[in-house]
Amino acid sequence: MGKTTAEKIFEAHLVDEPFPGTKVLRLDVVLCHEITTPIAIDDLIRRNKDRVFDVSKIKAVIDHVTPSKDTKTATQAKILRDWARRHGIKDFFDVGANGVCHALFPERGFIRPGNTVIMGDSHTCTHGAFGAFAAGIGTTDLEVGILKGVCAFRQPKTIRFNINGQLPAGVYAKDVILHIIGQIGVNGATDRVMEFHGPAIDAMSMESRMTLCNMAIEAGGTSGICMPDMTTVEYLWPFIQNEFASKEAALAEYSKWVADADAEYEKVIEIDTATLQPTVTFGYKPDQVKTISEIAGTPVDQIYLGSCTNGRIEDLRIAAQILKGHKLASTVRGILSPATPKVYQEALKEGLIDIFMEAGFCVTNPTCGACLGMSNGVLAEGEVCASTTNRNFMGRMGKGGMVHLMSPATAAATAIEGKIADPRKYL
Amino acid sequence: MKTFGGPVLFLDRSDINTDEIIPAKYLTEITKEDLKPYILEDLKLPGFDPKGPKTRNARVIVSRANFGCGSSREHAPWVFEVNGITAVIGESFARIFRQNMFNCGMAAIELPKADLDLIFSHAQDDDAAVNIDIEGGKLTMSGGGKEKTFNFEISPFDKALVLAGGWVDYADQKY
Repeated sequence: MGKTTAEKIFEAHLVDEPFPGTKVLRLDVVLCHEITTPIAIDDLIRRNKDRVFDVSKIKAVIDHVTPSKDTKTATQAKILRDWARRHGIKDFFDVGANGVCHALFPERGFIRPGNTVIMGDSHTCTHGAFGAFAAGIGTTDLEVGILKGVCAFRQPKTIRFNINGQLPAGVYAKDVILHIIGQIGVNGATDRVMEFHGPAIDAMSMESRMTLCNMAIEAGGTSGICMPDMTTVEYLWPFIQNEFASKEAALAEYSKWVADADAEYEKVIEIDTATLQPTVTFGYKPDQVKTISEIAGTPVDQIYLGSCTNGRIEDLRIAAQILKGHKLASTVRGILSPATPKVYQEALKEGLIDIFMEAGFCVTNPTCGACLGMSNGVLAEGEVCASTTNRNFMGRMGKGGMVHLMSPATAAATAIEGKIADPRKYL
Repeated sequence: MKTFGGPVLFLDRSDINTDEIIPAKYLTEITKEDLKPYILEDLKLPGFDPKGPKTRNARVIVSRANFGCGSSREHAPWVFEVNGITAVIGESFARIFRQNMFNCGMAAIELPKADLDLIFSHAQDDDAAVNIDIEGGKLTMSGGGKEKTFNFEISPFDKALVLAGGWVDYADQKY
């Protein structure tokens, strides 16, 4: 019997099986940010165990509230910064070099096919785009990860999604994943890995694959996973060219993590891309979705472009192409947060920032900020935001605020009209 | 080992997320104790008052399916812990929340919907209380002069974490 990608990774990283069904895995990468790590650091100090298992495998960033907005957030940043310095963690990203973790870390080439990755952040599933097993965990699991380089998991079953055909114009990875979550529900993949296959995935950039895997958690999924292929190798090539004689050699090595043709899945779900449309959430759960034709015309107060879901250069290009030559509707305000400094710089060089600013957008520094109602675009009671982020929970972007999740293209079209709009007429 | 059981807070809805349990704006607190006043602040349910006596007195939460979905924040179990709530009973849990509970030496107990319906029949009883026997795998629901015992299963690993008082000491000794 063949194996799924997650099964191969579990087998290769197994340290212990203390009880049937519980697998303790060796970790390749432990990622940290300033919201969930400081309490782990404090606890390690309190236990007289202020150590790290391997400085080269720990990466840290200040991203949720940055630059710090008050004494409390400055203290969180300081705890992380002091800890990184104390232990000599060289991959630490402070103000100026920092960006949204799930955009920044892949951009630096830290995630490789076959890796095990944890972070005290639910959207860690993003990194499965590289053919890795990447899971969000809490602070205690993070603490043990930092100290011992291991994490315990229940062996997850895998659901396979075959995305057949190619995406129609105006339909993007965001629409695919919103459609899937709408179909299987917010706990449709709890304790499951979501493995993505098919021609539409093969044709996707790494950025799109990250968008897709990013929202696996919104269906309860432990990790999203895409198969490593030449697109993965091309993306990683600047970081791996000294490790491999050729791209073909890298591909041959990484291919060992591709799921076997006879792997056993709990379920196989077929998605026909021809039926997909731009998709938008309407309620307070990510599985409450409508097609654009069902929801177009809903007025909004704010447009937010950014986040670990859709703040990458590809997203900015798509939105800018639609916004070019247009202004924000007079009833809305627009906020753009490029996800990393590199994305920001590329957008500047390509003239995208000019397009956003001429349309009337406020361009902020890279940060998680408004996505979780922390800073840089929090909503007032009763306000509505068209957002490229990942959660539409009640109050998520500000107490009493409402969020409609959508693709950057749909957000851009919505910015122009001031109400939720079909991006396809602007293509 | 923590104690489990006492007055019940009933939250009759599925998919209660960790933003509702503890809003993100309070994640800037550095100590668990500082989270205490903000428990369930953004949860909107008919008749539910996050500042009311039922919340204040509760030692156990009873809810429905997919409890604790959303963010990985361990602040959700912590805000329960500092308010004296050490167990949540539901039809199912989001993976990260469930593991966070056990990692902190607390309990996330799954029961079939039919059992939960029986437990929810006590929602209006002022003296509704649950007594939980982690090692024996059973819990007793009492209230309104009635009492009923239910069996539950938690994985051997999760039980070991509860008995050890959490994952950090367990892992440091073993790995």
